[in-house]
Amino acid sequence: MVGREKFDADLNFVQSLLLDLSNAAIDNLDSSMNFLFQKNIEGALAILENDEHINRMEEEINDRVILLIAKQQPVATDLRRLMVLVKIAADMERIGDYACNIAKETIRIGKDEHIEPIVLLDEMRNKTIKMLKQVLDAFTNENMEEAKTIAKLDDEVDEMYGHIIRTLLNTGVNNPAQLSQVTQLSFVCRYLERSADHATNIAERLLYLLKGKHYELNN
Amino acid sequence: MMVQTLEKGTAKQMVASSIVYDTQKLNLWYGNHHALKNIDLQIKENEVTAIIGPSGCGKSTYIKTLNRMVELVPTVKTSGAILYRERNIFDANYGVEELRTKVGMVFQKPNPFPKSIYDNIAYGPRIHGIKNKKVLDEIVEKSLRGAAIWEEVKDRLTTNAYSLSGGQQQRICIARCLAIEPDVILMDEPTSALDPISTLKVEELIQELKQDYSIIIVTHNMQQAARISDKTAFFLNGEVVEFDKTDVIFSTPEDNRTEDYISGRFG
Repeated sequence: MVGREKFDADLNFVQSLLLDLSNAAIDNLDSSMNFLFQKNIEGALAILENDEHINRMEEEINDRVILLIAKQQPVATDLRRLMVLVKIAADMERIGDYACNIAKETIRIGKDEHIEPIVLLDEMRNKTIKMLKQVLDAFTNENMEEAKTIAKLDDEVDEMYGHIIRTLLNTGVNNPAQLSQVTQLSFVCRYLERSADHATNIAERLLYLLKGKHYELNN
Repeated sequence: MMVQTLEKGTAKQMVASSIVYDTQKLNLWYGNHHALKNIDLQIKENEVTAIIGPSGCGKSTYIKTLNRMVELVPTVKTSGAILYRERNIFDANYGVEELRTKVGMVFQKPNPFPKSIYDNIAYGPRIHGIKNKKVLDEIVEKSLRGAAIWEEVKDRLTTNAYSLSGGQQQRICIARCLAIEPDVILMDEPTSALDPISTLKVEELIQELKQDYSIIIVTHNMQQAARISDKTAFFLNGEVVEFDKTDVIFSTPEDNRTEDYISGRFG
């Protein structure tokens, strides 16, 4: 049985850490796309450096949750909340990794001239960032309805992904010299699409926290 | 099969033979104090049923009603019925001795008799007329084995039971209970006076005993209820707030009061 006051204080601290981690990961993803469009190598390097901080925050969340479980033996919603915090931290840390991957592609592309389809990635980025901010907001306010709307946005991101990949492939077929950047931008496109999937995961985790049942929002 | 939380009037169909106790609209008063209110609970055989709730919620009163021990309190009044194996234990012609032969009880504090280990265990069978030494020897060994303490005491059966540790004394009390071959074992906070290792031994023993007995345990230790019971009833202010599988009670309880209690928000 949990000692309520201490437990609530520790839990709030872990939740605030998760918010910090989430905001840092979303910022990194957003910035990594800006640096890609700007060919900003310095910025891309800073993304890689920031990721270390994101990784440390995830580790701290895991350590604190393990201690809380060991010392307080929480049950029911308390226990689900801790499990969900750990899982969302992993989702967000993964999004931070995707930001790093995008930064690495930026470094690889360097100062080469961008191929035309790169502009399509901007809208996909905007949609993905919107999803992530929305799901974080839903989580913070424990808003089930908002969480449920995430799946629709994810469908839109998936459609964009299909369209952009097709466009990039066509570009590669018609301009073999651009194949290298086609591949790099295809990867970027994939990282955004996966980030949006993690947003959907987070929405499902919120529903599990609130209802104690497993949901598949993508079905 | 069945289960059932009658507090919301949702009695489900149950296999009658698997039900040990069927409590129906039980009310109990100590003088003017209404201690148990409309309790409906069905307890299944070969399961461990845990009763949890804050102090004064009626959980000990309820368990002491199941073997009519509560009648020792002069001001007690009851209404409703408790069917034990389909017979109302409050019926005028239901002998309390007959009931307690079938329903053993283990208390919070180990309470062996100031006698040898052997005589503690043989006490019940002797009262029931068993004099044959060989038969008594067999009962004593079987009961001590059943209570997982035979190996520890087999070479000193003539020693006074008081010389044993608290955990051993409690297992002697469980063995004494088994010696009369009961159907049900009631346990009223059986480990609250024991150290963690002894507690673990008694908890393991409870898991073994449920193969042959139905066990109803009152516990203040919610982790213990979560660890060892199949079903859990949450009592509050003399009422059953929720009764369900223990897995449900400790993961997704239906009633907010249950969640608040098991999460330490009150109690």
